[in-house]
Amino acid sequence: MNLWLVLAVNSVTLGGLLFLLSAGFSLIFGLMKIPNLTHGSFFMLGAYLATSLIAHGVDFWTAAVVGGLLVAVFGGIVERLILRRLAGAELAQVLVTLGLSFMIADVCLMVWTGDPIRIATPSALRGATSVAGLGFPTYRLAISLIAVVFAVALWALLDRTRLGAMIRAGVDDPAMARVVGIRVSRLFTVVFCLGAWLAGFAGVIGGPILSVYPGLDGEMLPLALVVVILGGSGSLLGSLVGSFVVGFLYNFGQAMFPELAYVVLFLPMLIVLVVRPQGLFGRPAA
Amino acid sequence: MATRIGRREFLAGTAGAMAVATLPAPAISQSKPVHIGLLTVKTGPLAAGGIHTGGNPAGTKTKTQELVERDHVDMIFGPLAAFELLAITDYAAQAKMPILSLAAAEDMTQRRPNPYFVRASATSSQNMHPLADYAAKELKFKRVITIADDFAFGHEQMAGFQRVFEDAGGRVVKKLWPPLVTPDYTPYLAQISGVDAVVQGFAGSNPLKFMKQYQDQGLKLPVLGGGPAGDEALLKSYGDEAVGMISVSAYTGDLDTPSNKRFIDGIVRDYGNIPGLYAAGLYINGMVAEAALEKTGGKTDDREAFIRALRAVALVDTPRGPFSFDHFGNVVGTFYIRRCERKGDKLVNTTIKTYPKVSQFWTYDEKWFLAQPVYSRDYPPLKS
Repeated sequence: MNLWLVLAVNSVTLGGLLFLLSAGFSLIFGLMKIPNLTHGSFFMLGAYLATSLIAHGVDFWTAAVVGGLLVAVFGGIVERLILRRLAGAELAQVLVTLGLSFMIADVCLMVWTGDPIRIATPSALRGATSVAGLGFPTYRLAISLIAVVFAVALWALLDRTRLGAMIRAGVDDPAMARVVGIRVSRLFTVVFCLGAWLAGFAGVIGGPILSVYPGLDGEMLPLALVVVILGGSGSLLGSLVGSFVVGFLYNFGQAMFPELAYVVLFLPMLIVLVVRPQGLFGRPAA
Repeated sequence: MATRIGRREFLAGTAGAMAVATLPAPAISQSKPVHIGLLTVKTGPLAAGGIHTGGNPAGTKTKTQELVERDHVDMIFGPLAAFELLAITDYAAQAKMPILSLAAAEDMTQRRPNPYFVRASATSSQNMHPLADYAAKELKFKRVITIADDFAFGHEQMAGFQRVFEDAGGRVVKKLWPPLVTPDYTPYLAQISGVDAVVQGFAGSNPLKFMKQYQDQGLKLPVLGGGPAGDEALLKSYGDEAVGMISVSAYTGDLDTPSNKRFIDGIVRDYGNIPGLYAAGLYINGMVAEAALEKTGGKTDDREAFIRALRAVALVDTPRGPFSFDHFGNVVGTFYIRRCERKGDKLVNTTIKTYPKVSQFWTYDEKWFLAQPVYSRDYPPLKS
């Protein structure tokens, strides 16, 4: 039946967007052990910044990259000035990042008002593409493609470069990494900026589907949390698989059991937390 | 003078916002200035209304107590969300505090009336009754699917639509209820087919997201929408996906009256934005308060007399046209069916039919109406 195919394809496209959102969250949490509750705000902030850039004549893709960069700079400042001082204090990190997310939301409300802002779909990707005789929004298919490209690029970065090796060393054993001469502190900033950039970029990429409005941050953060808890923090593969699992749970859950949509989404998270706290692809804590 | 209340000089707060505005007492009176408390939401998906309180009943109640006991306001404007209103109604009735609200909860002026309550906007279904009449009689639609936020406002709107639409011979074949927070509507859109039209009752920023995804999904069926869906304040955020959408509202930007022109010009001048339903609602509340105060000579000490004066207000030239109140304090007024059109680089609503003197009971007998269960998610039930 068509409905199932539509849902399946849409699960993949939503999964793609969730991967862009959660890969950064996972990296940050995996390396720095910071449960970064401003991640949803980074997503929203990226999208808002892009709307302003686009309003000034910047094209969509440039706005996505630059919007992400601005968020990355902001993320770097937050990491250097605040989070750095709270290393190891998880409760403090939770509270600070939560507080920051409220502050960002207030500032966004002030700057961009409470009215939702629409981001136009890039003209080349408007309309529908036929898949198995059914029309699917081209832009959504493109998001899946972008996600795959990013997944490969991030994997190459982590697995094939010196920086990636350092990050992995930092994730596995920060103390030992320091001993062998890796500047873990600088690494933290780099990873935090990268994570923030990914979130901001994802916000812009998601814009043509979601538009931007107050509260978008709070809608996306739980999805990122579910993805990372399911997949396992610090694991790129975990984020990827987790994103698609959540994409499927979300689509089929809402279509088949609309009353239990959130149960379908969060129950697997609870089960994973109880049975396999490190997530499907995470490594157990030492 | 009433526009002063529309100003966003609210105390900051994530849970809720409130403000106290002072109306200069009418010239005829020598009495003390009148204080009005304003309850509103500034966060969450509903923040687009521009006048909201965070969706937090407990917070709303605390703020209300502050307004009543600390600021000694004479009346309260707001809140917007039904559950917030329900959280404060008993307390406010006890304190004999007049509330001029934009919240649409049906039973506030039906089965659970509060004698100190005045609603110049509309109940949830008051909009939808005429829209359903129009859909069945003028557009000749036979079968529709409804989709709305899964909370009381959505439920009541769609139930009202269903009753009138089915009494006119139509049939609601499916009702879809996405949660208030739903980033992606595709799982619901995938279930839409085999009908003449789709009726959407989304509020806040959700109508925008819904219409965009509706178009992306390649759906071409006509869309009918409630007040918030086609709100003038939201039009600037829409693209071509909204063109052709037919919506119903208690307020329409194209109403050609001197007072509506004054209202729009004033808001555009002061805030640079085209006002919509919510701004108009507050402005009209201001007009109602002003008219009542003129009658009482600016006095509010006698709460019974003041509330009588408020409910006796009948105005002709307002931004929403002529209206008066029924004995529950709910508006009896004009409702407008509009089609969204592109004019130059802007979207505008063009009124295509006017329903004057619409009561919250539509054409039904009040006693019969009140004897039925309140509109809800499952009432009226779908016919199998």
